[in-house]
Amino acid sequence: MPLLDRNGSREDRWTRSEGAAIGNIPAALVPWEALTEALEALAPAQQIGVILPNSVPFAALAPFLPQLSLVAIAFPAYADGRGFSLARQIRRADFTGEIRASGPLIADQFAYALSCGFDTIELPEASAARQPVPQWLHARESFSATYQRGYEATERNILDQRRAAKAAGRLAAERA
Amino acid sequence: MYRYDEFDERFVRERVAQFTDQVTRRLDGSLTEDEFKPLRLKNGVYLQLHAYMLRIAIPYGTLNSRQLRQLALIGEKYDRGYGHFTTRQNLQFNWPKLRDVPEILGLLADVEMHCIQTSGNCIRNVTADHFAGVAQEEIEDPRPTAELIRQWSSAHPEFSYLPRKFKIAVTGAEADRAVIKAHDIGLRLRRHPDTHETCYEVSVGGGLGRTPMIGKVVRDYLPKKDLLAYLEAIMRVYNLEGRRDNKYKARVKILVHEIGAEEFTRRVEAEFAQLDGPSINADPEEVARIAAYFAPPRYETLPAISNTLEAARATNPAFARWVEVNTAPHKAPGYTALTVSLKPIGQAPGDATSAQMRLVADLAERYSFDELRVTHAQNLVLPHVRQRDLFAIWQKLGEAGLASANIGLVTDIISCPGLDYCALATARSIPIAQAIQQRFADEARQREIGPLGIKISGCINACGHHHVGHIGILGLEKRGIESYQITLGGDATENAAIGEILGPGLTAEEVPDAVERIVAVYLTERSEAESFIDTIRRIGLGPFKAAFQEVTRAAA
Repeated sequence: MPLLDRNGSREDRWTRSEGAAIGNIPAALVPWEALTEALEALAPAQQIGVILPNSVPFAALAPFLPQLSLVAIAFPAYADGRGFSLARQIRRADFTGEIRASGPLIADQFAYALSCGFDTIELPEASAARQPVPQWLHARESFSATYQRGYEATERNILDQRRAAKAAGRLAAERA
Repeated sequence: MYRYDEFDERFVRERVAQFTDQVTRRLDGSLTEDEFKPLRLKNGVYLQLHAYMLRIAIPYGTLNSRQLRQLALIGEKYDRGYGHFTTRQNLQFNWPKLRDVPEILGLLADVEMHCIQTSGNCIRNVTADHFAGVAQEEIEDPRPTAELIRQWSSAHPEFSYLPRKFKIAVTGAEADRAVIKAHDIGLRLRRHPDTHETCYEVSVGGGLGRTPMIGKVVRDYLPKKDLLAYLEAIMRVYNLEGRRDNKYKARVKILVHEIGAEEFTRRVEAEFAQLDGPSINADPEEVARIAAYFAPPRYETLPAISNTLEAARATNPAFARWVEVNTAPHKAPGYTALTVSLKPIGQAPGDATSAQMRLVADLAERYSFDELRVTHAQNLVLPHVRQRDLFAIWQKLGEAGLASANIGLVTDIISCPGLDYCALATARSIPIAQAIQQRFADEARQREIGPLGIKISGCINACGHHHVGHIGILGLEKRGIESYQITLGGDATENAAIGEILGPGLTAEEVPDAVERIVAVYLTERSEAESFIDTIRRIGLGPFKAAFQEVTRAAA
């Protein structure tokens, strides 16, 4: 399925396994139900990722995070926004692997997904065919800055920008 | 009032460009109709019965004259010369063309306005007490909080695809004029008894609709500085755990109800404890920056009572009655908060023509420090009027048909648009409101009855707040015929209560009779100066039910 990151199209190096049968797949993406079993078969050089239904509470996932290189959160429908909160919770736990949104998202959600901690979007063929990559990159830039602190770099946050502008003003006044 | 800085300005312009681009992508097939629908809803564009409807945000119901004139212009140019003020302090146009919407959004942006999140499953336009900054018993002005929340909730990356819509209301006064207990989150500014610091009482899970609920307090005293982190915690719990299997059970009130207020509170507090407040909350400087915009205007030093006003009252009884009913006490001596009724007898509640909007805008500019408010009861307020100017204002309002002396009385009816406009409605509401108004048109009789809130919804979604009406009227459809269910004893104030059903449904024609009989019971039973709702509280529903049965018997 087509894959995107913040810069555009990207090769998918992950392979979906049949249940827990990861064999010698170098980067194996396993269903949530098969995760415990698959981890038992994991070889030292192998990487493992999980396809996470968005109804799984973060607390159930947390114990596995140190062993995972990828969490692919399922979006059963683009209007089901649970994945955004799950991604936030996973990032808060200092997970440094890849977080992927997997499902029929729309370009207008790209910036939100990146802000919440997703790295990649994996789209069904039909969604990707209707929404070419340039639309995603354009939609990503819809807002040059937003109001919520803690989601974006400070230079894209309005409250932090106001504070910086004020501090700069004070500094200039002191120098004058 | 708040003015946009360069960031707010750019944000709203970028939102217009984004929506324009979304329309383009819908038209070229990049987006399916299903994908586009939530996007247009989040920008206030509804498909109604006859046409598109555009809902414009009036954040916490505050407007200046320039903005109201722009709304008048849009009404004239793109609609049929009028607009409809809603129970969420917004304005709706019922007849714009979809292709004109981007242009309308541009005109709105020119006057620091937008349609952001006036619909859709996201945090909606925030509402507040319409006497904010004015009410004598106010602890703190709720508008800086409401503006902070407006900004924080705009295009929120995490909370824009919630299980269902989410409404927040704020009040800073003892008396609740913002119906905070019927909101998903209700915030009340209050002083901590020990520290005397202003804090928020946080209620969650109120709402009307088909399952009416009164909000439950989850925090008695939330320090002001923690507001955004605490809201984030509530929203995250709701976003993750609110039901998505059934849209009628998806509001946060159902989650609170199903797991219990205690368990909900525990989950919110557990999430809140994990958050790093300082990296989420607005810093005190930013809060102060916003608050500074809401500093009181430069009031003149005036005597508490205006002799000019008293003289005019003494010689003109009609004026005196209007002053008595439509003005409220003001913090500043010699001033008053004037409510302009958009409920003249026989008109659609909350409708205003472009000419009327311009007149009220002129009055605001000349007499009220250029400020206006929209109330959830669908009226307008000139918040800072010198008492001595009231007579001149009354005369001008009278020429435009806006001098009805009925605020809070039986003809000041809240009503949704109903089957005349709305695609969801199951029955008409506006004609019912008009029929009741006609029945009680006599002003002396209205005053004799005293405060009585009738609220009408044309379907179970309860946009007309019927559950919290002293008399609530819900229009349903039974076997192809409109049927109206009457509830009694609802209350939208700090004593919030859900009304109880009186008996079987009535036909449209029977509704005014039923209201009349209910009122007659009250007039017989009340003790001296006791209000309608207080009488119901004292004597219960029994006597009213008996009278109601006579209506249904007479019809049978």
